[in-house]
Amino acid sequence: MIDQLLNLACGLFLLSAIGVLWRRELSALIALLTVQGLALTGIAVLLAVDRHSVETAAVAVGVGVLKAGLLPLLLRRVLARVPEARETAPLVNVSASMLAAAGLVLLAYAAARPLVALAPTSAAQAAPVGIAVVLIGFFLAATRRRAISQIIGVLLVDNGIAAVAFLATGGVPLVVELGVSADLLLAVLVLQVLTARLHAAFGDTDLDELRELRD
Amino acid sequence: MPPSLALYLPLAAPIAAAGATVLLGRRVAAWVGVAGAVTILATGARLAATVHDGPDVTSGLLRADALTAFMLIVIGAVATIACWAGVHHLADEAPEPAAARRYLILVQLFLAAMSLAVLADNLGVLWVAVEATTIVTAFLVGHRRSRASVEAAWKYVVLCSVGIGIAFLGTVCVYAAAVAAGAHGTTALNWTYLASHTAGLDPDLIRLAAGLVLLGFGTKAGLAPMHAWLPDAHSQAPAPVSALMSGVLLSVAFYAIWRYKAVTDLVLGPGYTRTLLLVAALASLTVAAVLLIAQRDYKRMLAYSSIEHMGLIALGTATGSRLAITAVLLHVLGHGLGKAVAFCGAGQLLRLQGSSRVAAVRGLATRQPALAGTLGLALLALLGLPPFSLFASELGIARAGLSAGQGWAVAAAFGLVVVAFAALARNGAAMLLGEPQPTTDPPTSSGRPRAAAIAPLAVGLAAAAALGVSLGPLRDLLHAATTTIVAGH
Repeated sequence: MIDQLLNLACGLFLLSAIGVLWRRELSALIALLTVQGLALTGIAVLLAVDRHSVETAAVAVGVGVLKAGLLPLLLRRVLARVPEARETAPLVNVSASMLAAAGLVLLAYAAARPLVALAPTSAAQAAPVGIAVVLIGFFLAATRRRAISQIIGVLLVDNGIAAVAFLATGGVPLVVELGVSADLLLAVLVLQVLTARLHAAFGDTDLDELRELRD
Repeated sequence: MPPSLALYLPLAAPIAAAGATVLLGRRVAAWVGVAGAVTILATGARLAATVHDGPDVTSGLLRADALTAFMLIVIGAVATIACWAGVHHLADEAPEPAAARRYLILVQLFLAAMSLAVLADNLGVLWVAVEATTIVTAFLVGHRRSRASVEAAWKYVVLCSVGIGIAFLGTVCVYAAAVAAGAHGTTALNWTYLASHTAGLDPDLIRLAAGLVLLGFGTKAGLAPMHAWLPDAHSQAPAPVSALMSGVLLSVAFYAIWRYKAVTDLVLGPGYTRTLLLVAALASLTVAAVLLIAQRDYKRMLAYSSIEHMGLIALGTATGSRLAITAVLLHVLGHGLGKAVAFCGAGQLLRLQGSSRVAAVRGLATRQPALAGTLGLALLALLGLPPFSLFASELGIARAGLSAGQGWAVAAAFGLVVVAFAALARNGAAMLLGEPQPTTDPPTSSGRPRAAAIAPLAVGLAAAAALGVSLGPLRDLLHAATTTIVAGH
């Protein structure tokens, strides 16, 4: 039962990342990021139940608050201040992005073999899903032109790593988890301020405009 | 002072200095910041004396061995110069009180984060501290809100966050390997535990982890091809912050690579990381040499010179013998001092000249003899000429590489160093020597830097030259620190 729910949560986790590549409305991207945060919380809760671990349960609550609540909220505030609804023209179009995502998922399964081989539990079997989301996050940050899309790319990378940590090891030690979460929250706050400054300085958040510094 | 207290002092002193900034006037607060930096230096020396003839100092998540003590000395020494020069930087620039306060607080938090990175025994905490340096320096890089400044800050935060994210994935892989080998909780990421329990670690997973960690921390260390953020960030930050970022932050990121290398080499043998590091070293030296040739901006020139020196440090780390690592550590200190002086001098030049273009500066030696002298000597130090210590360390890195049978890599690397040398020397000579231009566009502000503003730079140069003549008490510390990297623990 727990295994089936875990697979469901992992599937939802990966699908929401692929959805981020598919949709262009920035508000839809933030909604998908919220869904992914909830899926990650689900993974953590299921692992906590499976291992009867109070510590993991506490971490799961923290992850839920941060990744399904606080971070999407911050992004919505950015979007409210910077009135751009859509990703205009991504460097790679949607259908090619879908193909790339399929390739990245295969690559993730190949790269994660040592991780899966190490602990053949059903949770560890799903660890490649996390790596796939990391790779999709890189792809998003590299091919999108809106500042918010890049922030979402950074967050996908982080969600993917968190998923790998939960699935392969049951979660990193609490003190590390706390430090990582604090860093992530502060980094997004910094990026939020910088997005507003980009908008003020360039009149836009199209990152193609960033050409002041060249050699 | 009990040794375990010395572990907390390098964190507490800068944080206290940051807190005091809220209460004090700008001028006093800037001097309190210098005191924070000196405290880090003094504590590093104190810890060096303790661990030299005794066991490591441990308390909670913190631990100091010889390498930690050495890195604290590097951070403290460079920070002392940068904060001291920063006192005059603030007096000259005279920013708004709120901006000055923010600057002073962020610089001190930056120092605390770097100290935490080298004091952490836990590889997870090390990662958290290195990521924290990105966060606190973001607004220092983007302090001017101009287009160039905001662009540099954006690239810096996004590229470094993603890069350092890769390193965290590597950290998670190491954790998974350690947990599978029977470790529990926080211990599983403690460097001391990992270095002494390498037998059970899965080689395939460690190979994956080592690649990810090198890629991630290599981004932060400015190794090519992950260096794209570095010239922008280092040229846009205020001069004392550029000095800290170029002089120590890059080395702190490299420190993380050394700690992982000590563990992964025990599991995989030295061949794997050596190959990766050699590729990164030659790529970095190539990028630096090519872009230095055509460089027209003297702050960016110094930034590319940092990539060049990081390439040399990667080359020595790849060789990995005792001689190579000792030379690398000496190189880190010598480069930190030289680059701090060069960036702070360049900052004063920028203020006098109003432009960071090389072509805008001509005949500085006749107009500003003191500033031209310090800048010239700093450039000579960075070029690796005696009496400065970079001469000895570059020689050591080359000799170690040759005796380890890496003649081709050493030949290629030092060929590129010669190209970089020629480019730096040509630009330096053009700026310092020659006739002053008949001023078509007069400098925005005239006047000379006061002797007091030159003093920190002179002290830095004197230290770099003294190191080149004799290591003195640092000799034993360097050897002990080398042992931690070469032999695990």
